Amino acid sequence: MPSLIEAFQSQVGRKILTGLTGFLLVFFIIFHLAGNLAIFGDPDAMNSYSQFLHDLGPLLWVARIGLLLIFVIHAYIGISIWLNKRKARPQQYKVYSSKGGPSRQGLSSRSMAFTGVVLLIFVVFHINTFALGDMDTVMIDGRATHDVKTLVIDTFQNPIYAFGYTIVMILLGAHLGHGIWSAFTSLSLRSKKASATIYTIGVVAAVLLAVGFLFIPLYIYFGGGCEAALINCN
Amino acid sequence: MSLMTINLKVWRQKNAESPGKFEDYKLDEVSEHMSFLEMLDVLNENLIKEGKDPVEFDYDCREGICGSCNMVINGRAHGPKHKTAACQLHMRTYNDGDTIVIEPPRAAAFPIIKDLVVDRSAFDRIIEAGGYISVKTGAAPEANLIPVPQEVSNDAFDYATCIGCGGCVAACPNSSAALFTGAKLAHLNSLPQGQPERDKRSIAMVNQMEKEGFGDCSNYAECEAVCPVGISISSIAQMRRDYMKAIF
Repeated sequence: MPSLIEAFQSQVGRKILTGLTGFLLVFFIIFHLAGNLAIFGDPDAMNSYSQFLHDLGPLLWVARIGLLLIFVIHAYIGISIWLNKRKARPQQYKVYSSKGGPSRQGLSSRSMAFTGVVLLIFVVFHINTFALGDMDTVMIDGRATHDVKTLVIDTFQNPIYAFGYTIVMILLGAHLGHGIWSAFTSLSLRSKKASATIYTIGVVAAVLLAVGFLFIPLYIYFGGGCEAALINCN
Repeated sequence: MSLMTINLKVWRQKNAESPGKFEDYKLDEVSEHMSFLEMLDVLNENLIKEGKDPVEFDYDCREGICGSCNMVINGRAHGPKHKTAACQLHMRTYNDGDTIVIEPPRAAAFPIIKDLVVDRSAFDRIIEAGGYISVKTGAAPEANLIPVPQEVSNDAFDYATCIGCGGCVAACPNSSAALFTGAKLAHLNSLPQGQPERDKRSIAMVNQMEKEGFGDCSNYAECEAVCPVGISISSIAQMRRDYMKAIF
């Protein structure tokens, strides 16, 4: 019997880990999007949310380290699968095409490695911009906290950020289009009927998440930030 | 009966070591009623008459049962039709003047022996690792002695129809053998006779699959699309379940 560590290094174990970490990352981005949407709420909603997260103290660090670990495992296995595929077929076909029917091959599934690597690079820039960026302080409930909201609004006045984020979020949607269903399959969803339903749900969820994320930078860019109808800064 | 002219681009390779290349051939008077392999027979007859080496390709039953004839036709394992082995494909699928590219299944785990023939003994070694049940041989026991629920029997039979052609490996962008291994595991692991060795089998076959140099499964499901008997990727999900059960 292999040990647990050995088991998760096998082909089957790696795939299960990819699915599991993928699921957790989807949960994370759902929460992330919910947090982002606070920009459309009460003038202080986004910064109060940021204050709430910082007030978690050590718990926030547990979450950050956990998230980093999940992300690194997911990316590491994904890249290793991609590298392994070249070893497993050193000579490519002259002609290759999908047979369609039950096949899930398409732009989304074939570009998982590409979209994944783009997201990996993006996350580094994203953390640098919004978590480590220069922020003013504002008073929330009588306490000084980071003014994330102004940073977000200022950042997306820049077309490079606004459109760059939009493109990456479209790629996130493409990654999730195959990824959500694939995670279910990796976690051994057997039923054919359920599989077809979950594929559709996965694609819809991917589109909703991508649109949810890319709406904010575009809205700020075209809507002029604090002057925009939906964003109330005072 | 209409006759067609078919242009072929066939992969020719002397042996595992030599580099291969595509050769162009033109066949006149191909009948629409010919099977794909019969069309290749005609090509070989012509080549032999010309004193050239015929194209080596694997076949045995020519009725979609043995799984020998796996070849990649215009980029698709076993050709364009679903649930159809290359030997069951007919030339009426093609039109006069069509060009057909024929390649061997390409995977590091399936080294080319000659032309379109590859060594698929990696599959045999996966079976040797655990694709069997250990029983005392002798007089056959009464068939109805072990009750098997109808649904279990149906599922097991669907998985058991795998003919081991390797079309799944040929079509998978990662050259994964997950459908083959999954089908064999799901077949034996779902029946009562397969229970005693279930965990050992799941681990041994998964390990052997990796050892042979097949790639990882990325859930493309292309394998299911090309499978001449239509094995579902639910077998791969079953393999993952069984593997996890064996570990914990």
